[in-house]
Amino acid sequence: MKLARFIILAFSSLLLWQVLVWSTGIPVYILPGPWVVYKAIISHWSPLIQHLGTTFMEIVLGLVFGIVLGSCSALAMTLLPGLRRWMLPMLVVSQAVPVFALAPILVLWLGYGMGSKVAMAVLIIYFPVTSSFFYGMQRTNPDLLELARVMEAKQLAVFRFIIIPAAMPAFASGVRVAAAVAPIGAIVGEWVGSSSGLGFYMLHANARMQVDVMFAALTLLAAVSLTLYFSIDFLLSKILYWESKQGYMI
Amino acid sequence: MYNMSAPAVRFQKVGLVLGRQTIFRDLTLDLPAGKCSCLLGPSGCGKSTLLRLISGDPSYAYSGDLIIGTDPHQQHKVAWMSQNDLLLPWMTLQDNVLLGSKLRGEVTEERQALAAELIEKAGLKGCEQALPKQLSGGMRQRGALLRTLMEECSILLMDEPFSALDALTRVKLQNLSAEMIKGTTTVLVTHDPMEALRMGQVVLVLSKAPASVCSILELDGEPPRDPDDVEIHKHYGPLLHQLMQESVL
Repeated sequence: MKLARFIILAFSSLLLWQVLVWSTGIPVYILPGPWVVYKAIISHWSPLIQHLGTTFMEIVLGLVFGIVLGSCSALAMTLLPGLRRWMLPMLVVSQAVPVFALAPILVLWLGYGMGSKVAMAVLIIYFPVTSSFFYGMQRTNPDLLELARVMEAKQLAVFRFIIIPAAMPAFASGVRVAAAVAPIGAIVGEWVGSSSGLGFYMLHANARMQVDVMFAALTLLAAVSLTLYFSIDFLLSKILYWESKQGYMI
Repeated sequence: MYNMSAPAVRFQKVGLVLGRQTIFRDLTLDLPAGKCSCLLGPSGCGKSTLLRLISGDPSYAYSGDLIIGTDPHQQHKVAWMSQNDLLLPWMTLQDNVLLGSKLRGEVTEERQALAAELIEKAGLKGCEQALPKQLSGGMRQRGALLRTLMEECSILLMDEPFSALDALTRVKLQNLSAEMIKGTTTVLVTHDPMEALRMGQVVLVLSKAPASVCSILELDGEPPRDPDDVEIHKHYGPLLHQLMQESVL
């Protein structure tokens, strides 16, 4: 049923797009129709896939490092109240700097390769993961902690069996946000300076007025982002086995 | 099974102020060793706070003396059970029952065997691997009771443990608990005079805040008392009247 709804939704929006192009007679260098985009994907398949590979790697590495770094920071802040007092304001202030504005600096420091794009994605992901996990742990039911205290629990065991599982739903929503925004970081990084990746390929096509190729790259990027998002969503629902199914999105 | 180490609990001129509210002023009361004492009283009179004091909650700074047992150096193991079953939703029933051992890092075969035995006694055999969300309210509360009993405590604090259950489940659980807590110094906070009369060997009625003891009933016979028990018939009416007088409404 869900799948049917998804197919109908996708198909009808494609149809609407094609009808719009036909009825208004928009020139192909402004808005190419889905059929033209499809042909562009086929004819540019091998460079597209190659660049997609680069971008995909950047997104995945950014997600992995961002989530690991964010989780560690959140754990450190929860375990060490002294550190928390110093880190929390810094975290908030760090968000006052628009991450996009850092892209040129990151490219300057880390070069045209993957490093600067991964760093960019990590910077974008870090905050939602850290804050959601941290506040999730802070909001553990105090009655559970009281129960653990009366049971003379060991501190680490309380973390393992109570605080971390209790924070998992909040952490999961942070990771979902991260999965949705990570591609932005990678693409912006590529726009500023790169030699491969879908962002690079789009700029390239833009300079040659190949709008259909730009749309082809965009389509593949959207497909990858969606696949990534739903794989992560699926994975999270397996980790959160005790939560009732949320029926999120599709 | 009389628990030799079950201590008596004595409040001697205990005072407690939370914010601007005086919860206790010179509260003096005795909770006998190895018996079930039931606390009745109007809402907000500090019954639950009293339990927290006994549990040694460090966030309450009280004045006066709270004496537990005869030897001040002896540590008494306290267990807590509330209206909310507080089962961890991510753990199976068995792991929830074993929670105390897990949190102390001492899950042994002996503990596991004891857990299995208690689970069978409580009629939960076959549900060991079920998650709390797959169990009914009564089953979850039984799980919470077992987790509490696994602690082999000498003082058991129960804060309206059965109030969220339907009447029939409540009666069954009262019977099960009364059998299983024999010999433990139990303090049971309840709103239900019938529950107090069925479960208690001593019933104390508290006044509204600042709380003091209005009356003490000592009941004959062993809990759980049958609903037809003479003691219940003799005391239910007067107790209900007294509670109605104490309540604000």
